[in-house]
Amino acid sequence: MSNTNDPMAEIRASFFIECEELLEALQDGLQALDDGDDDPETINIVFRAVHSIKGGAGAFGLEALVRFAHRFETVLDEVRAGRMSPDTEARKVFFQCADHLSDLVRISRDDGELPTEETAALLDSLNGLLGEAGIEEEADDAEEEEIDFQPAVLSLDLDLGGDDEEGSIPDLPPLDALPTAAPSGFTIRFKPDNDLFETGNEPFHMLRALDELGTCTVTCHLDDLPDLDALAAETSYLSWTIDIETDVEEAEIAAAFEFVDGLCTLDIKKKTADDVSSAPSQESPADEEPPVQEDEPVVKADAPAEPSPVPPTETPVADAPQESKAEPAPAAPMKAAPAPAKQAAPAAAKSVVRVDLDRIERLVNLVGELVINQAMLSQSLERSGLSPHSDAMNGLEEFQRLTRDIQDSVMMIRAQPVKSLFQRMSRIVREASAAVGKDVRLHTDGESTEVDKTVIERLADPLTHMIRNAVDHGLEDSEARIAAGKPEQGRVNLTAAHRSGRVVIEVSDDGGGINRPKVLQIAIDKGLVSPDATLSDTEIDNLLFLPGFSTASVVSDLSGRGVGMDVVRTSIQALGGRISITSTPGEGTTFSISLPLTLAVLDGMVVQVAEETLVLPLNVVIETLTLTNQDVEMVRPGAHVVRVRSGFVPLFDLGKELGYRDPVEDYDGSVVLLIAHEDGSRAALIIDSIQDQRQVVIKGLDDSFYRAPGIAAATILGDGQIALILDTSDIITNAIGSSGACAPQVTTGLTA
Amino acid sequence: MSDKETPTAIELLTFQLADQEYSLDIMSVREIRGWTKTTPLPHAPSYMKGVINLRGTVLPVMDLSERLGLKPQKQTDRNVIIVVNHGDVMTGLLVDAVSDIIALTDDDLQPPPEMQANSSPNVVSALTLIDERMIRVLDLSSIVTSVQSNAA
Repeated sequence: MSNTNDPMAEIRASFFIECEELLEALQDGLQALDDGDDDPETINIVFRAVHSIKGGAGAFGLEALVRFAHRFETVLDEVRAGRMSPDTEARKVFFQCADHLSDLVRISRDDGELPTEETAALLDSLNGLLGEAGIEEEADDAEEEEIDFQPAVLSLDLDLGGDDEEGSIPDLPPLDALPTAAPSGFTIRFKPDNDLFETGNEPFHMLRALDELGTCTVTCHLDDLPDLDALAAETSYLSWTIDIETDVEEAEIAAAFEFVDGLCTLDIKKKTADDVSSAPSQESPADEEPPVQEDEPVVKADAPAEPSPVPPTETPVADAPQESKAEPAPAAPMKAAPAPAKQAAPAAAKSVVRVDLDRIERLVNLVGELVINQAMLSQSLERSGLSPHSDAMNGLEEFQRLTRDIQDSVMMIRAQPVKSLFQRMSRIVREASAAVGKDVRLHTDGESTEVDKTVIERLADPLTHMIRNAVDHGLEDSEARIAAGKPEQGRVNLTAAHRSGRVVIEVSDDGGGINRPKVLQIAIDKGLVSPDATLSDTEIDNLLFLPGFSTASVVSDLSGRGVGMDVVRTSIQALGGRISITSTPGEGTTFSISLPLTLAVLDGMVVQVAEETLVLPLNVVIETLTLTNQDVEMVRPGAHVVRVRSGFVPLFDLGKELGYRDPVEDYDGSVVLLIAHEDGSRAALIIDSIQDQRQVVIKGLDDSFYRAPGIAAATILGDGQIALILDTSDIITNAIGSSGACAPQVTTGLTA
Repeated sequence: MSDKETPTAIELLTFQLADQEYSLDIMSVREIRGWTKTTPLPHAPSYMKGVINLRGTVLPVMDLSERLGLKPQKQTDRNVIIVVNHGDVMTGLLVDAVSDIIALTDDDLQPPPEMQANSSPNVVSALTLIDERMIRVLDLSSIVTSVQSNAA
């Protein structure tokens, strides 16, 4: 994959990308199933996803993946055919299998070590499910036995069901060897559908592939070909009849058409009339009789020909001999089945282009440059003294609007729905709940909310932590829940929504809420707060974010190692986000993460402090004030508060905090920004003047060189100068650290 | 550079700092640009002059004289910023003036005498004589990396 010059590697890479999508569809389907959706199409989607993964994996020789997917698929087929009802137990196994399948895909992609034990365990559970169905199947088969099959075929099928797949491979050589002893031929009728050409397939390749298998006599039927004036260029009119003299298995013939399965009408008939007369006698008793083989292809050809949603005509009886025959064979009937629905799928799907992230990244950077350049241009035009009504200024205004539009559009390219992230979380909930033995259900909402791709990627870890915490610490065990009059099944909600230019992601549980006395006690025991401190509920809740804090008296496998919430908070802050907690005893806890939509632009307030231009994130600024001496109260020398309506807000001089100048002596007439953080802490910052409110392009500062405290990033202003973007909560934390404790600052100290 | 005749030839960019001559391997020099006003970083060490806009990227600039412990120089029009690349990190070095590019072989370079055993990182990696003037060859990594470790 790393070698982009290798075309195979590229195809392989795209297969794995496709797998991601298929796995997503699989999860969706299973979730729907779990939610009680009994639409036959749902199970079809699930089946198709597994099937497509298997097909692709087969093409790349990913044995383990194929084998697992195959068994999974077999069981799903039982459900699909209505012979097995997806009860709770089955759905649980399905989820586990889906998780494992995605593991296998990932491992196969990275060429990692395969978790053989886990695979075997899950295969056993699948076989267990199949075992029940297998009994029914046997009954079904018994009826049809006389018509199509000899009992020997059935026993082979059951063997496959009971054994692990290794068993089927040793079967291969003798079975495969048989037809070589009996040279035979096939008559193939092949009529491509329009879709075959639309998907870029070419009948010529298939004909050539057949030619390699034996001697072909190809007849092209032009009967359907209309006159030139009636001919629609995009319609397929041709069909072929191929007489092939070959000794290969039928499956190999079918394999030649593997890629166009469902995109054509295909009818493979074994020639019985002439040279096959001797064949039946040569076939071993274990193999099928010729009529069987003749019958099968008809079943197969039926499926793609009839665009009925599910081909119920296709019984597993038809599958059975195929599976027992040869390794490539299973693909054939399975492929045929999903075909009709597959044809319908492209129509519904949105057309999507896959683009390398690097290219988008470059585009984003270029647009950033454009914005800066545009700002520089407009400043220099203004300076040149042009009338604001001149053509140039008008044109510039238009340019400004276009730039902004381009920027928004580019940002939209990077945006992705959080769905994939949420699906990963549902897996976390399943695993976590199993590990702690709680019955937990995850409810997700707002999966289609779009967030910058980078943000999504970097959210996975913190969110995993939080979900695990919710399952492990948040929810009570079943007895406690019942005692509290709650349903036994715990509930974890994961929601995403856009709220005033930010994305808010909430993780909530309906558990017991934060045990505040316990939290406070632990914090005191660990020396995180002084024993005589009086803390408000919010402050106690925020203690959870302190490094090294862990409430679980028993450290479980899942969480409670004391690296939880402070790491979560750090990663969220690194994304420019804020996290807050609300908790109601007995009703549950909600963690709320608020994130910027993108990491590339920021709505900022441009201010001037001691000759320097600085940018503050606009979302933290809640109010601007001009101070009078009456507003400022001294708490102690060097620590002042501002009276804002009913409350006192600690006052900081930004120029002093950044080391740009000496502290302001006289507060009269100073401009202050009242800022509020997500955690509810507030502060007032003295600045010299407010210049502007505008969107700025965030430029990262090279942290490896020198990490400036209180500075989040930088941006380039219209005049080409760099302005620093402030991290207000960091500034205030530092300011408190340097000036020691006093009443209002303790508050901020704990929460910031 | 002709590789065959002088297999170990190096080219050095020489510049002036506090009336002394220093040089850097020219391969690490990306560009030289005139002095522009920097945006200071809060609470930065005094030799950190701040950051400038280098065609859309944020470039940290340090005053090389101060970094080497020389007297801070007065800003003049001849001050230039040498943009160097060490590892993947770009840094601007403020120097008094750029003088010349000289080509040398390894034979022309002498190791600096051991004077202070372990008092400070040895930022001068070699010495050489050009027209009776001593030129100090700077070890870029010790200038840039020790800042990083200080900051870390």
